[in-house]
Amino acid sequence: MMLSSFRRALHVGLLALGSAVALTACSDKTEESQVLPYIGERDVRPRADGGPADTIFAAIPSFTLTNQDGQTITNQTFAGKVYVADFFFATCPSICPKMQSEMLRVYEQFKGNPKVLFLSHTIDPAHDSIPVLRDYAQRLGIQDASRWHFATAPHDTIFGLARRYMTAAQKDGGVPGGYAHSGTFALIDSERHIRGVYDGMVKEEVDRLIQELPLLLKEEAAKQPKAQ
Amino acid sequence: MKKLRQPLWILRSLAVLAGGASILSCFSNRQNEGAKLYETHCSNCHGSQGEGLKRLIPPLAGADYLVQHRAELACLVRKGKQGPLLVNGVDYNQVMPPADSHLTDSQITNILNFVQTSWGNKGEIFTIREVSEQLRGCGGSDGR
Repeated sequence: MMLSSFRRALHVGLLALGSAVALTACSDKTEESQVLPYIGERDVRPRADGGPADTIFAAIPSFTLTNQDGQTITNQTFAGKVYVADFFFATCPSICPKMQSEMLRVYEQFKGNPKVLFLSHTIDPAHDSIPVLRDYAQRLGIQDASRWHFATAPHDTIFGLARRYMTAAQKDGGVPGGYAHSGTFALIDSERHIRGVYDGMVKEEVDRLIQELPLLLKEEAAKQPKAQ
Repeated sequence: MKKLRQPLWILRSLAVLAGGASILSCFSNRQNEGAKLYETHCSNCHGSQGEGLKRLIPPLAGADYLVQHRAELACLVRKGKQGPLLVNGVDYNQVMPPADSHLTDSQITNILNFVQTSWGNKGEIFTIREVSEQLRGCGGSDGR
């Protein structure tokens, strides 16, 4: 009897504690999630005039790629927009179909908004020629290359970029298709900063991207009038 | 005498039970194994509901291909496939890799039967013998 009432008290106490923690966690989260974090290494540079130091966030380097329509695309193509980037290859038999079907889900969600673009890089440029990329895009149902670019570049360029987008990619004869890579989706803001990294193989992670993308759009919209 | 008989009786009934269980497992063909193997080896491309992906990856749910090419399905799983193929009137042209790790004849049977009976599919069930025969045709049977 004593034991059971003690147990009950403990139960109630734990429950109360648990919900208190949950509540604060909740309110903290809404505070924080108004603005997406800057992801990647940062550099703090002292200012010459002795003022407060500037924080330099990791940024996507300048790039020149070619898309499925044979058009050159650069950072300028994405100026004033946000975009989601990933790495794949057309004959990839392991994770790509799942990844690209998840990316397609994000695309469907935002295809009405021209401020949101998509960029899929092939990590097998030797095979994935422009006609192969075009066929792939069209088979996926993407007719408009200006919204979702399927892009190629020399091998080293692509692999260098993959690292900057936080995707691990390497040649590996031991896996089906010959390349091992992670299914990362990176969300990039209009100033080339990574604002979100998601596992494109996990539905819940992609759901999070779909929820967080509007937060970035809101931030970008607030920035716009100042820029003009 | 009596003391001896009882253990024997127990042993005998245990043997019958064990025999029954092994026959049962034959028929149930480890139902979940097919689903698990499908999830591991097939679903990244063909989708967890056999839905495929647009015009890139053919569906398995409601696919006429399963009926028209029944005799080739075991070898298709074992060896993969390249080049164009037609499913429900849509042409596909992707590489299907061979299974990424070795699958026994019975595992392939379970995968095929999972596909034959899932998502509204009502295909004819495969026996292990039939699958082994198909696999011998492409040099892919391991007799297990």
